[in-house]
Amino acid sequence: MQKAKGKVLSVNESLVGVETTQGAVMNGEVAYIVLEDGKRLKSEVIDVKSGQMVYLQVFEDTSWMRVGDLVEFSGLPLAVKLGPGILGSVTDGLQNPLYELAKTEWFLERGIVVEPLDNVTTWEFTPKVSIGDTVTGGDVLGTVPEKIFEHKIFVPFSLSSNFEIIEIAEKGAYTIDDPIAKIKDDSGTIKELTMAFEWPVKVAMPFNERSVPEKPLPTGIRILDSLFPIAYGGTACNPGPFGAGKTVLQHSLARHSQADIVIIAACGERAGEAVEVFKDFPELIDPRTGKSLMDRTYIVGNTSSMPVAAREASVYLATTVGEYYRKQGLNVLILADSTSRWAQALRETSGRKEEIPGPEAFPMYISTLISAFYDRAGVDILKDGTVGSLSIIGTVSPAGGNFDEPVTQATLLSTGSFWGLSRALSDARKYPAIDRIDSNSKYPSLLKEEEVTYLLELLRDGKSIASNILLMGEKGITDETYIRYQKSELLDAVFLQQNSFNDIDGVTNPERLRLMFDMVFAIIEASIDLKGKEEIRTHFNFLRQAFLDWNYMSVNDENFEKQHTKLINLVKQRTYAKEDL
Amino acid sequence: MLKKTYENIDSIGRSILSIKAEGVHNKELAEVIYPNGDKAFAQVIALNNDEVTLQLFGGGFGVSTDCKIRFLGKPIQVGFSDDMLGRVYSGNGKPIDGGPELVTDMVRVAGPSINPVKRLIPKHMIRTGVPMIDVFNTLVRSQKIPIFAKAGEPYNRLLANIATQTDADIIIIGGVGLKYDEFHYFRQRIEEAGSKSKTIMFVHTHRDSIVEGLMVPDLALAVGEKFALQGKNVFVLLSDMTQWSDYLRQVANAQDQIPANQGYPGDLYSQLASRYEKAADIEGAGSLTILGVTTMDDVTHPVPDNTGYITEGQFYMKDGFLELFGSLSRLKQQVNDKTREDHRSIMNVMARLLSEAEERVKAQKFGSVKDDYSFRLLDYRKAFQKELMDPFRYLELEDALDLCWDILAKYFKKEEVGLSSKLIEAFWPKEGEYKILKSQGNE
Repeated sequence: MQKAKGKVLSVNESLVGVETTQGAVMNGEVAYIVLEDGKRLKSEVIDVKSGQMVYLQVFEDTSWMRVGDLVEFSGLPLAVKLGPGILGSVTDGLQNPLYELAKTEWFLERGIVVEPLDNVTTWEFTPKVSIGDTVTGGDVLGTVPEKIFEHKIFVPFSLSSNFEIIEIAEKGAYTIDDPIAKIKDDSGTIKELTMAFEWPVKVAMPFNERSVPEKPLPTGIRILDSLFPIAYGGTACNPGPFGAGKTVLQHSLARHSQADIVIIAACGERAGEAVEVFKDFPELIDPRTGKSLMDRTYIVGNTSSMPVAAREASVYLATTVGEYYRKQGLNVLILADSTSRWAQALRETSGRKEEIPGPEAFPMYISTLISAFYDRAGVDILKDGTVGSLSIIGTVSPAGGNFDEPVTQATLLSTGSFWGLSRALSDARKYPAIDRIDSNSKYPSLLKEEEVTYLLELLRDGKSIASNILLMGEKGITDETYIRYQKSELLDAVFLQQNSFNDIDGVTNPERLRLMFDMVFAIIEASIDLKGKEEIRTHFNFLRQAFLDWNYMSVNDENFEKQHTKLINLVKQRTYAKEDL
Repeated sequence: MLKKTYENIDSIGRSILSIKAEGVHNKELAEVIYPNGDKAFAQVIALNNDEVTLQLFGGGFGVSTDCKIRFLGKPIQVGFSDDMLGRVYSGNGKPIDGGPELVTDMVRVAGPSINPVKRLIPKHMIRTGVPMIDVFNTLVRSQKIPIFAKAGEPYNRLLANIATQTDADIIIIGGVGLKYDEFHYFRQRIEEAGSKSKTIMFVHTHRDSIVEGLMVPDLALAVGEKFALQGKNVFVLLSDMTQWSDYLRQVANAQDQIPANQGYPGDLYSQLASRYEKAADIEGAGSLTILGVTTMDDVTHPVPDNTGYITEGQFYMKDGFLELFGSLSRLKQQVNDKTREDHRSIMNVMARLLSEAEERVKAQKFGSVKDDYSFRLLDYRKAFQKELMDPFRYLELEDALDLCWDILAKYFKKEEVGLSSKLIEAFWPKEGEYKILKSQGNE
């Protein structure tokens, strides 16, 4: 295909109309607008009209552009470079490494292009194939150690026919641009391969053998792991009004989830919060590896003041990188914050294109895009039998905290867990403020199914008793009902609530979750011999105090067992012996 | 660069003008030249073939088809120098205090975003002396945070209080759609506080054109950012950003843009974000903190709603008080673990008990509050409101924390509050011995 050329006809913020003068144009193709000072602004074809008129969304500020400026089309779709060196890096939505850019400038000046992957560092390559072997796309040529993983070097996934290895690099150190293999197909065409290749971000990488997500992914957050779990390869939707605690929850998930790789897509979010992650993580030690948390993290930092068109790209960039590491046989978790910002970016562009708007002025195709995005999550059984997974937790920021709006609704239809954040809970400082009644999950929990049902029933009872107390006062209900209410409140206070700023209470591993559940369960199960609201409340206050003290103790603490026993005794003191009943 | 002048004006709207011209740059600055020789500024906001759309700083009224347009070959810039301190400028960057115009170093307005990796994690508490802020929602250097309030609340008084009670090196006031008496009030407060020599004002009042109002935050932030890059800690006050958004809506509407929610343009979020994101603690330099006002009737209105997703929290003001519920400082965690060991726990417990008390207020309407604990909760709520929620009561943070303990001890038993035994041992006041709370006359 001959690459097209064109010139600018109209400029309206990030939407630029171009008249092409030669060559064919592809939807989704990358084009560069050349300004009079020689700066080249990256953009993407989003619409072709009457054959010649092309609309571009520009990934950078369009100031100083003129009608008549030249446009060079690349013939290639927007793509991400995949290979060793991604982990630990921080890039913008177009894979420009932010630390590299920061070497010369305080600001994100436009038109500056930096190699997406470090091409100076060498990687210790160990070949896994020999001359004469037959390979195809997705086969492993060799490995290099990357941070804490063996990074597999693949035959690019886009190659679908069979090739014969005619040259393969010896064990040794190579940069990602050094040739490491030559392959030949049936027709005799020879291709030279390096350790990196490109993949178009908007095209989902095919699964080898897709499987159903059914293994719980421990997050360290008790209310999720017990009541509303996510599975490896699953998807979750996390909507809530601002101020309900999404950010803190996301940070906690990023730190403590038992995934091999965490990818954070700060999609149109506050820069200050993104910074917190990429400045904090290198300092934090991953308890499972003993290495820096950043070694298993990749951050797309396309924050709210960066050009709006790159916001959409950032979500796809993160997903493509996630799919690549899934192909490595790893468990990848993507935290996308927020997909509403991405949808808003689409709305902005759609409005400028003067498309007929759908509900709340979002484009009609928004739900299709959202479900296609979440469908890129999943479990993949790879060629060598190992299993990789990609899980996506998408934050939604619904306008006015209203869950009926189109983005939240489309997300709900596309995801397996729903964690609705509630303003009432956050006002009451009951964190995580995930609605206990309205949230749900279709994935298996770390607890048994009947245990989950049991807890949810207690919570629903508690809620309805609370509204009775509101209407009739504590005196209007029986002691028995009041005890049931106190149990539900206790469950909330000591088990569902969790202090994410405390090192110990902030994260609960599956073993401790079980221990805590058993303790809570013992309290709830016990019939309690108490009369009068005051006495009942006092008893539960003591229980809560003792439980909270226990929550803040490390299992290695010498008092941990003592406190455990103290709790058991507190329960026993006020419990009927079973035979008395 | 050649400055071209064009005469064939196509259309004139309230704030928009279009003309046929060639070789014009997007976002270029232009002059409208009236037949009598008067001049006003305009800025290119869209190009379509030879049709150029301009935003008129002076508004469309009085612009005639025999006006000429001259493109100036440069973007909008604002003067920048230490001489600006103590001065007052309008939304088109001209002095309105009778002083001389500045033509020194010009800085670009609405420049690119700072590279996030050049930001530091904010870590300096800004002490305001306001208990509802210092204790419950600590303000942090480099934070961007609005006051959400109905028109008519004393938000500008609070804004001025906070600005003058902090140790900022430079204070920049950006007034958008200020009433004259509000402008006068800011000026007076700054002088009373003795901070005039470190203050710059950019003021747009209701008599000025809306395009000038639209420019105010950009001017204030461009100058503020430049000072911050020179190592200064800059405090920018913006009042009121709802007015600003309404101006944005008017201009978008004049351009026939397809509106999103309630007529606001689809890029309202991005537009607000690119201003608020100028707040930063910059590696190897100073910082810029933004405290703004967003007037509102209802928080689900598109302006406060979008603002809330951009800013690092918000302070709600209602009936002259700073609210606890809804107010939030997202950066407080960065600093309130270094203030005093009880700070975090006490603020959470105080809030939880207040929310419990609010339930009792509801229950009271049904006549269902009859027990002692509920009555104590209600008394606690009264004390909380009276002692802590007044935004104009000055208390050092430590005193305010002690006051919280006093209030707890007065109304609750130790085991009722849900604090760790360790903290209770260290901080629970002895019977009747309150440090701050005046036990008499409180009821």
